[in-house]
Amino acid sequence: MLWIEQLLNGLQYSLMLFLFAAGLTLVFGIMNLVNLAHGSLYMLGAYAAAALTTYSGSYVMGLLGALLFMGAFGAVLEIVLIRRLYRQDHLTQVLATFALILIFNESVRIVWGVQPLPYDMPAALSGSVPIVGDLRYSAYRLALIVAGVVVALLLYWMVARTRVGMWVRAGASNREMVQMMGVNVRWLFTAIFALGAALSGLAGAALAPLMSVQVGMGEEVLILAFVIVVVGGVGSVRGAFIAALLVGMVDSLGRAWLPGLLGTVLPPAIVSDLGPALASMSVYLLMIVVLAFRPMGLFSPGATSLWPKWLRVRPSPMLAGSAPGSASS
Amino acid sequence: MKRITRWALSLMACASLATAGATELRIGVMTTLSGAQAVSGVDMRDGIELAVKQLSGKVGGQPTRLIVADDQFNPGAAKQIAERLVKKDKVQVLTGIIYSNILLAAAPVALENGNIYLSSNAGPSQYAGAQCDSGFFSVSWQNDAVHEAAGKYAQDKDYKRVILVAPNYPAGRDATTGFKRFFKGEVVEELYPKLGQLDFAVEIARLREQKPDAVYFFLPGGMGINFTKQYRAAGIPDKTSLLTSQFSADQDTFAASGDAMIGVYNTGHWSTDTDNAPSREFVAGFEKAYGRLPSFYASQGYDAIMMIDAAVRAAGGNADDPVALRKALAESKFKSVRGKFSLGPNRFPVQDFFVRVVSRDSKGRLYNKTESLVLSNHADAYGAACTQK
Repeated sequence: MLWIEQLLNGLQYSLMLFLFAAGLTLVFGIMNLVNLAHGSLYMLGAYAAAALTTYSGSYVMGLLGALLFMGAFGAVLEIVLIRRLYRQDHLTQVLATFALILIFNESVRIVWGVQPLPYDMPAALSGSVPIVGDLRYSAYRLALIVAGVVVALLLYWMVARTRVGMWVRAGASNREMVQMMGVNVRWLFTAIFALGAALSGLAGAALAPLMSVQVGMGEEVLILAFVIVVVGGVGSVRGAFIAALLVGMVDSLGRAWLPGLLGTVLPPAIVSDLGPALASMSVYLLMIVVLAFRPMGLFSPGATSLWPKWLRVRPSPMLAGSAPGSASS
Repeated sequence: MKRITRWALSLMACASLATAGATELRIGVMTTLSGAQAVSGVDMRDGIELAVKQLSGKVGGQPTRLIVADDQFNPGAAKQIAERLVKKDKVQVLTGIIYSNILLAAAPVALENGNIYLSSNAGPSQYAGAQCDSGFFSVSWQNDAVHEAAGKYAQDKDYKRVILVAPNYPAGRDATTGFKRFFKGEVVEELYPKLGQLDFAVEIARLREQKPDAVYFFLPGGMGINFTKQYRAAGIPDKTSLLTSQFSADQDTFAASGDAMIGVYNTGHWSTDTDNAPSREFVAGFEKAYGRLPSFYASQGYDAIMMIDAAVRAAGGNADDPVALRKALAESKFKSVRGKFSLGPNRFPVQDFFVRVVSRDSKGRLYNKTESLVLSNHADAYGAACTQK
């Protein structure tokens, strides 16, 4: 039973990581912008949801309100500031977005204070549900899994099947060409940034009832999100999905089983030191292995097949040489 | 022009220092006031300021200047700020630090200059044992002590199988060591999540599988809030008792954790319901001034000022003589909010520890209801190694 619960834990963690990382990889891949403030958007989403839920008294209103608010907030932020950073080098972007982290953290502190905000899960989901046998699992975590899958599917549909998605994929593989083809990149970028902010805010809002809503809560996830972006391939939403699953599973299952596995070969005194250390390293070891074999990450941007390019059987050299994104057939 | 103004300003600052009277008492309060870890620091500062206010701004009967600084939860910055407080502001006493790693960086600055560091929170084993210093005093506890009380409580309750959860960093290891020093049953498993980890689903699954009699967790601040909320949502049967210390269950975490904390047993040396005159006066004063109940951090800040007050009075009002002030502090008799209070030979408190249970008061707010005495006149395990008396 334990392994089922740990798998569910890993899945739930992965899906939330994906929601968070999807926006980051799009912004990084398409606008070539390193946005360190992505974690702040996650924090703001959680605060917005907590505040709106307390104000309206309804969890659903709070969640939807936070989603809309974060979308709008992302759009405004892009127009006012982020837009000016695209042409700058990465160092400038890092400095500017790091400044944003500090500004957002202190602003939140001024508005809501240093005490973490109270935010409870809706009563209907606060219990646990039986899964198999005597295993019970948190209803809220199950709902997160369902919601994560739905959002991932919606995102997949949007990126792989719609015109905007086509622009996004094209933009990720060749930005200049998309501009040449007459796509209004300005508004496309605003839309992508707003989408990324909304997704990040949604992850924050959805996780908030399990977490403490506090200043700086976004920084912890940010590092993992960058691991996911790099492992998945910068700019690839599918890459981010697969990488989020990998990272989430390796992290959860590593923490769950690594100490036990080590215990079978090593004395307990060493295991209690080595186990936790190795478990917290496992994600980064995964990243090193992936990058050693695939320096650009698992998926090149814009590909829509489930398999990465290097695993695909190519029908003919002619087709293989065509533009990225055309392999969806 | 700008530069000239700055010069003029710093000259004026120097002048104002020079004119200060010899009897002025200057207390440096360095604590964590920004970032995610600031909750406890803000309470510390508020407790200290309240005490000074209640003494009408005259600690020890002397005109008092409080110099409050933010350590930014950064040992490097803390060291620099301590230098500034000690050398430029010439504080006679430094206090307020919450975290052990900050204290280990900053306290030496005060001690090397012959000043006094009065710890109102962190109590690392170094200063209780071999590295103890005649200028270092604690008005709180040695780090292990609260966990030792929890271990004793688990032992008294006759729990057979216990799982320990603590972050994988020195204070986390100290916590499990302290617990095991007094708990003689079986420790089924020790889980060490990463410091700052926010999702404990994996650890909670282990707890469910192992079905221990009790879980003892030391997860400070946000980690503890998350753990408790997630533990409650996981639907683990009530057969397993949830046990922790004041670091995870006090006024600083109640607001955010809400009902999830109700019924959690935890150990500490003081609670808002501690029944004595100084405590009642402190709680009422704090509530009136800040509109919330004080955490134990605030109580320790308050006690620190009251301890300095008594010592300066005993030293005849002369705060500039560090030797006399040290002697007075070591023998200090002040009315602590926790009731009886005395210092051991290593200048760490010898005190009682209680078990409390998180409950609702008559106004519907969460508070720690004191249940019973767990450890009486408890001194820490390191004092014997302290040679500098």
